[in-house]
Amino acid sequence: MTQKTEISLGDVASRAAEAENEIRTERMALNVGPSHPTTHGVLRLLMELDGDTITKCEPVIGYLHRGDEKIAENMTYNQFVPFTDRLDYLAPLANNVAYAIAVERLADITIPERCQALRVLICELARISSHLLGLGVFGMDAGAWTPFMYTFTEREKLYDLFEKLTGARFTTSYTRIGGVARDVPEGWLGEVKQFCNELPKTLEDVSNLLTRNRIFFDRTQGIGTISKEDALAFGLTGANLRASGIDLDLRKDKPYSGYEQYDFDVPVGTSGDCYDRYIVRMEEIYQSLRICHQVIDKFPSGPWYAEDAKKIYAPTKDKILTSMEELIQNFMIVTEGPQIPEGEVYFEAENPKGALGFFVVSKGGGVPYRLKIRAPSFCSLSILEKLAPGHMMTDITVILGSLDFVMGECDR
Amino acid sequence: MELWQEILLKTGFALGVISVVMGIAAYSVLAERKVSSWIQGRVGPNRTTLPIIGAIPFIGPFLTRLGLFQPMADGLKFLFKEEPVPGHVNKLYYNLAPVVAMVPALTTMVILPFGQIKDSATGVVTPLILANVDVGVLFLFAVSSLGVYGIVLGAWASNNKYSFMGGIRSSAQMISYELTLGLAVLPVLMWANPPGSEGGLSLVNVVNAQGTLWTAIWQPISALLFLVAIFAETNRAPFDMPESETDLVGGFHTEYGAFKFGMFFVAEYAHIVIGSAVFVLLFLGGWHIFPGVADPWPAGYIGAVLSTATFLGKTCCLIFFFIWIRWTLPRFRYDQVMHLGWVILLPIAIANLILNIAIIAVWDKFNG
Repeated sequence: MTQKTEISLGDVASRAAEAENEIRTERMALNVGPSHPTTHGVLRLLMELDGDTITKCEPVIGYLHRGDEKIAENMTYNQFVPFTDRLDYLAPLANNVAYAIAVERLADITIPERCQALRVLICELARISSHLLGLGVFGMDAGAWTPFMYTFTEREKLYDLFEKLTGARFTTSYTRIGGVARDVPEGWLGEVKQFCNELPKTLEDVSNLLTRNRIFFDRTQGIGTISKEDALAFGLTGANLRASGIDLDLRKDKPYSGYEQYDFDVPVGTSGDCYDRYIVRMEEIYQSLRICHQVIDKFPSGPWYAEDAKKIYAPTKDKILTSMEELIQNFMIVTEGPQIPEGEVYFEAENPKGALGFFVVSKGGGVPYRLKIRAPSFCSLSILEKLAPGHMMTDITVILGSLDFVMGECDR
Repeated sequence: MELWQEILLKTGFALGVISVVMGIAAYSVLAERKVSSWIQGRVGPNRTTLPIIGAIPFIGPFLTRLGLFQPMADGLKFLFKEEPVPGHVNKLYYNLAPVVAMVPALTTMVILPFGQIKDSATGVVTPLILANVDVGVLFLFAVSSLGVYGIVLGAWASNNKYSFMGGIRSSAQMISYELTLGLAVLPVLMWANPPGSEGGLSLVNVVNAQGTLWTAIWQPISALLFLVAIFAETNRAPFDMPESETDLVGGFHTEYGAFKFGMFFVAEYAHIVIGSAVFVLLFLGGWHIFPGVADPWPAGYIGAVLSTATFLGKTCCLIFFFIWIRWTLPRFRYDQVMHLGWVILLPIAIANLILNIAIIAVWDKFNG
């Protein structure tokens, strides 16, 4: 006797669907970092992977925490300037300026035009330096090594310029409350001008390698898309926010240090994905170059520090060595610190990584009572938990690269 | 010729071939470093030298600046380093994997013809090849596809999640692109073997068929498909998924060091050398110097040397192409690699094959 079993087509289909539901995938926990090529520093990611797809990604921060905010309470205002170098260590000059302006607002002193112009110039150079690294590293995260070398070559030239101006290549510590450490050296502006003229060629090279590259398109477009709402909700600032289509640039919206005199555009993205963030950074370099040219062309003469702020800015060396009053003034500022009146101030500057804010509370005297730093990288990283799931493991490199964060600032 | 003479000759020839291929592999590492530094505006290795070389005026410093002695230093470094074996690995497979990766790379060169030698008296042309087997190309694919086992084995035995992911990616990628590789070669072999001909899949046969016209010129689709597939098969950028250093750290060789890593490294470059050589043989006319110039080489040893030099020269140009691509393009994502392989390249390869079959069928009908 034979038995016949009839199998209808619909039956097969439903059984196939059943079988698919039965396939159990085991999720894999993967620890990335704190020392890993993706993480650009000491970021640790706790990931949960389903195959090659990220289902959960939790950033663990704090490996570079040094307690900068508490340290600030134990030293004079000027002594804290070197600590600001180590926040966003890719653009120390911009940090120096942001901190100095915050304290100066509290002290309510006016800064001479020459110093303001110089600060704008170094801020923009710092932005170029930071974005050059951001672009290069972003390319490297996508697997293209050559743009990284091109941009790094240009950064070396910038470091040479910084060294001539400040005496240090990396940790510049250039500003003082009420001015800058020293005046522009002779011929320096010409060298900056030359650098600004030569940089577009390298940018073209980088752009030729990446901007219209099919593989680069595929790797970055539609990856890590941040909506306008999310960008605002997570407190993103800087290029990351503008790439999502929100036109917010503190240099335009709340001008400081005389930014209102300069003519520049604010590039804004449309979709908020990794590619937009790349394009926005690329365009921002060109805009920074525009500002640099304008600053150099009408570089004001005059004093380069607030001369009337006698209790805040120590006079120049030749005056200290020749006059009794200035000697005492210098002694008081060095030992007691710049005398900042009682009060509190919050100031945000448009840094390369976003809005770097300083909240300074003073009870009078030369030491801040409390200093709080609002770090843009911290906010940029906070969105990672929402951004990463659904992407593939390889995408995490591109997402992290495009967010362009610095752990020194995030952990502070 | 007595049997022992033949065995001796073949052994000597085998040693020669291995040293040449390994030499090219070692120096393609140098070429990689020099070409990448040239592309990126750096200097590259320019210090390593031997004690006596520095004393030679002009030439010595010049050779040093070229970095010609760097491969020796690289190799010696791999040899003399301490060989750490992490505690969490499967010792047997961990130690076996580099060997498994290396052996297929060296085995495939058995069927590579390097040139030809023409007997001046009789005019008989003998290809310079270790084993002129009829199944040549088939043997090549069979053996070279074993290379993936070394990578997977090493990745799995490392007991490391990054290595594991690299190994998984590598196996999927290499298996996918083997289809394209095989299908891209088929039209070439069909044209090289008219009905009733002998020689079958031998590479010598394919080269001889290109005496007047290189395959790449009239089979551009096959050539392009084969080239892309070779990039994927050798794990080269932009397909270097298995070891994509930014997300998987080192991929399958994360846990390897010293000479075991060196073996993986050399195997990778040996694969590139052999891949380039196979492409030259199949598509760029082997040892024929220009398209249209059939067999220009004189009889005797001079002809043998010249033909071999032509073949090796073309291979080096292709190796340069490999390096050039690596330092120009970003890396694909893993799923994009698979998409490219299965959805784009494979259908094109099949269509190309069907088209060629149709043309051959029509051709045969009218030419009887």
